[in-house]
Amino acid sequence: MIIYGVALLSVCLLVGMLFGQALGLVLGIDANVGGVGIAMLLLVVTSNSPRFKALSSGNAALGIQFWSAMYIPIVVAMAAQQNVAGATSGGMLALVAGVAAVVVSFALVPVISKLGNNDASVEENK
Amino acid sequence: MMDLISAVFNRNSLVVAFAVIGVTIWVSYYIADKLTAGRIHGSAIAIAIGLIAAYWGGTLSGGTKGVADLGLLGGIGLMGGGMLRDFAIVSTAFGVHLSELKKAGAAGVVSIFAGVIVSFVVGAIVAVAFGYTDPVAITTIGAGAVTYIVGPVTGEAIGASGEMITLSVAAGLVKSILVMIGTPLIARSIGLNNPQSAMVFGGLMGTTSGVAAGLAATDPKLVPYGAMTATFYTGVGCLLGPSVLFMIVSSLF
Repeated sequence: MIIYGVALLSVCLLVGMLFGQALGLVLGIDANVGGVGIAMLLLVVTSNSPRFKALSSGNAALGIQFWSAMYIPIVVAMAAQQNVAGATSGGMLALVAGVAAVVVSFALVPVISKLGNNDASVEENK
Repeated sequence: MMDLISAVFNRNSLVVAFAVIGVTIWVSYYIADKLTAGRIHGSAIAIAIGLIAAYWGGTLSGGTKGVADLGLLGGIGLMGGGMLRDFAIVSTAFGVHLSELKKAGAAGVVSIFAGVIVSFVVGAIVAVAFGYTDPVAITTIGAGAVTYIVGPVTGEAIGASGEMITLSVAAGLVKSILVMIGTPLIARSIGLNNPQSAMVFGGLMGTTSGVAAGLAATDPKLVPYGAMTATFYTGVGCLLGPSVLFMIVSSLF
């Protein structure tokens, strides 16, 4: 049943969001801290576990894969409702601050990725 | 006749959105295939068209939600809104192996903190360069360079003016949009082609919409890894901005 997969996905998202919101509450901030990330971990764990096989294989898997395939169209719809006009009206300061933050962060990707690889190789040497 | 169309379209807004986005993607893949001979990914073109349409919609309606503020295209707001976006992002984790996540786990966590702090510092330096000396203003703009959510959350917590908060949101929006457009162009030169670097990338950039769209246009297989770390970023930013980072800025100015 396709709905089993959709339901598994839904429950993962809801549980993750509840945890994320609770985590925000504990930390004293009005934001969802990593709810989506926790939901993703839940889906990875459940879909790799034999206990949940009926909910994540066969037709049930199609229910999850459909949404995965809808990801890019949804992202295009998301792009179409960004406040682009607001971003361009912020003036030079907003523009420079935004661009500089992105350029520096891009440059750090290879540096920190390498850090991760070194950690991995140290552990392997042990 | 117009009344008839608008009645039907308004009543079925989400279905209209599916059709409009479907046509947009078809056109984008056609352009990618015929005009750029596959050099630019179809989804990158579709996202660019979406952003241009958002600019057009925003200037036309004066609203903040791009084309979703135009009556007939209201369904785009639901289709691309937070609920379905998060639902689709989580679904991309299906088929991911836990071992890949563990391998990059430590680097991913480091990247979240490094990303928040680096973006904040860069934004704060730009604010100082533009002549700001008030720690509240510097912190708010720095937080805006983290994401457009961290900016206002921090600004409101430390009592920034409405004008400063608007500036910080604009800085965050510039960042988010630039990540959407820039990621596929820069991916190769920063080694963004495997799950580990995607997790680090998500942690460093942090803007969920920017990372979601940027990775989709680069390689959809990388989306779950980048999205996973990016969703923790805004939370960490909201935590550090009004507290530790504001205290550091206050002690300097």
